[in-house]
Amino acid sequence: MKYYRSHVLVCVDPECLRKGAHEVLDSLQDELVAQGLIDEVQVLETSRLGGCSNGPEMMVYPEGVHYSGLTVDDIPYLVEEHFLKGRVVQKFIAPTISFADEELSAPKAKEVRVVLRNCGKIDPENIEDYIAEDGYMALAKVLTEMTPEQVIDEIIRSGLRGRGGAGFPAGKKWQLARMNPGDVKYLTCNADEGDPGAFMNRRVLEGDPHSVLEGMIIAAYVIGANHGYVYCRAEYPVAVRTLNIAIQQARAFGFLGENIFGSGFSFDIEVRKGAGAFVCGEETALIASIEGKRGEPRPRPPFPAVKGLWGKPTNNNNVETYANVPQIILKGADWFASMGTAKSKGTKTFAVAGDVKYTGLIEVPLGITIREVIYDVGGGIKDNKGFKAVQIGGPMGGCLPASALDLPIDYESLSSAGAMMGSGGLVVMDDETCMVDIARFFMDFTQDESCGKCTPCRVGTRRILEVLERICAGKGRDGDIETLEMLCQDIMATSLCGLGQGAPNPVVSTLKHFRDEYIAHIYEKRCPAKVCKALITYAILPDVCTGCMVCARNCPVEAIHGERRKVHTIDPDVCIRCGICMQVCNFNAVSVN
Amino acid sequence: MTIGITDPEKIRTTVYAVIERCGATQDELIPILSEINHKLGYLPAEALDEISHLLKVPKSQVFSVASFYRMLSTKPRGTHVVQFCESAPCHVVGGREVWEELQDQLHLQSGETTRDGCWTLVTTSCLGICGVGPVIMVDEDVYGNVTPAQVKDILARYM
Repeated sequence: MKYYRSHVLVCVDPECLRKGAHEVLDSLQDELVAQGLIDEVQVLETSRLGGCSNGPEMMVYPEGVHYSGLTVDDIPYLVEEHFLKGRVVQKFIAPTISFADEELSAPKAKEVRVVLRNCGKIDPENIEDYIAEDGYMALAKVLTEMTPEQVIDEIIRSGLRGRGGAGFPAGKKWQLARMNPGDVKYLTCNADEGDPGAFMNRRVLEGDPHSVLEGMIIAAYVIGANHGYVYCRAEYPVAVRTLNIAIQQARAFGFLGENIFGSGFSFDIEVRKGAGAFVCGEETALIASIEGKRGEPRPRPPFPAVKGLWGKPTNNNNVETYANVPQIILKGADWFASMGTAKSKGTKTFAVAGDVKYTGLIEVPLGITIREVIYDVGGGIKDNKGFKAVQIGGPMGGCLPASALDLPIDYESLSSAGAMMGSGGLVVMDDETCMVDIARFFMDFTQDESCGKCTPCRVGTRRILEVLERICAGKGRDGDIETLEMLCQDIMATSLCGLGQGAPNPVVSTLKHFRDEYIAHIYEKRCPAKVCKALITYAILPDVCTGCMVCARNCPVEAIHGERRKVHTIDPDVCIRCGICMQVCNFNAVSVN
Repeated sequence: MTIGITDPEKIRTTVYAVIERCGATQDELIPILSEINHKLGYLPAEALDEISHLLKVPKSQVFSVASFYRMLSTKPRGTHVVQFCESAPCHVVGGREVWEELQDQLHLQSGETTRDGCWTLVTTSCLGICGVGPVIMVDEDVYGNVTPAQVKDILARYM
């Protein structure tokens, strides 16, 4: 490999591309050539660096300088100053440097990066970068020194469990697929990361695709598969592109294809794109979709390990599960098992979103408490508001209240608290969130995404949604809570796949932890968080109102009356509760009840 | 992308070209449908007929797949497709207000297309860029940290 004195990472996330990252890249290349620096400075394309809100942006190493808001016209000056004269150009330095740096530089105090170790550090489109970080060493070790049984033993001892959500021990799964007889076997990788708020897999695929491929090749060797598929959702065009490039390069280097490392083992991988169906993240639905059918789940057993893709034994794991494998092989099962709790080993990536100060991707050892994640890693609640709930496990997860903050994050603790690990979405909600509205929101999602094959899920989720919509519209009635509880129980007990079985979780958990809010909506016709529009009224405080007329002028429906310098009033029958008057009032004279 | 292509010749040549590239087997059905949907803006009934014929897959099956996936449309779509991310992370940071503003500006409900064939408004599942919610997508362009006030300006870029 060539030696470069400086590395420039340019963000090519969709947002930065839209703001002209491609043009900046081209101009940078041209200018480096013109200055004769192209052999000293390496330009790499990478995924998100900071927020992209002020893109295009780039990171310059070894200095670790983060530039943003660049245009093509800035490049000649930047190249001359920074790369020729060695002076950092202050005016281009990203304003949010402290946070933007944290995404890329040393992980925050309580983080441990295993799966994300290479993301943002290496060029995902250059296999040599991955190889320089011990890439494909694990594959070489497996193919030249280990039998499939030894690999299975190592993975079982490491305690690695499925990172897609269910947490089935990965080694056991491989063992099942290996034991099942068959000349033809398949391997699939679930990259259909559909949980709203979860983008860990996207980042791994975009930032370190080879770690996933290497994990897959090892798994294929173990179970005896010669063909594999990565099923990636179509909402991730960059991930699909990066994966395809990575596969081509792996083929060119002989890590994929015929007779890998001269071991006699052959394996190849193809990327399959989804077409927008959440349920395809369920493994039997995913298999149906790869076969070119409607992505509908089917009853298990038979499990895919027995009868999967085209009726053949198939092993399916999540992106993150595969990405962990090379590290376990290289560093050993004991190293991996030293992180986490008794039953949940290793680290887990989470996508932290919602009302938290630092949103984004984190990777923490399992067993860390929810409080540590939100306050120590996430920086606490935004705008110094209070914490109300955290939703863990995606749309089929549960909402946990403040009393659960000290719960350790592991598969069993989360399940018993009514949430679940899921794929790693973590949505934090502040005290201005209405939990009935949130439950309604999640049911709206699941009833929409229900594939319609089984009745409990198709009809049941619709019925729950209708009841919740009625409650939020101020038309809740006595008996609604009991109806919801009955519906939830039935749907969970009788649905075909994980989507239906988990769909009622947001309702069950909010009923359990925030029952008083349901009672307030139904019996007192009141929304305590002041979110449900049918249940709130706006009023002007006569003592504070100065009669400036700003609210009256801005009201879109002319519901506010009053003369200049006299107290105004809002006509509740005309008011559409848009809240504009409250936003525009300079004297905080508008109250909401 | 234009609304309601009726030129049967264009539909036929597109279908042939795509199937030629992907291969005429059932496991290629979803890639084939996705690409034709992208090229024609939607999946006209004539295209589905032709695919069924070439792949030797029953029409009912082709239609059942075409109608199952959210990104495939059997109805004509507008020149510009506005997609709104309706996921929780966007919802809790002000997504609902953005959605209402979009509906107001375009005078459309979810899934509708304007009469002049200019705009289609749809919701999308999570685009995975939740750190910058609320997120909307116009055609292939992604916009993050959208506020209701910005909606008008964003749409104006496509007029």
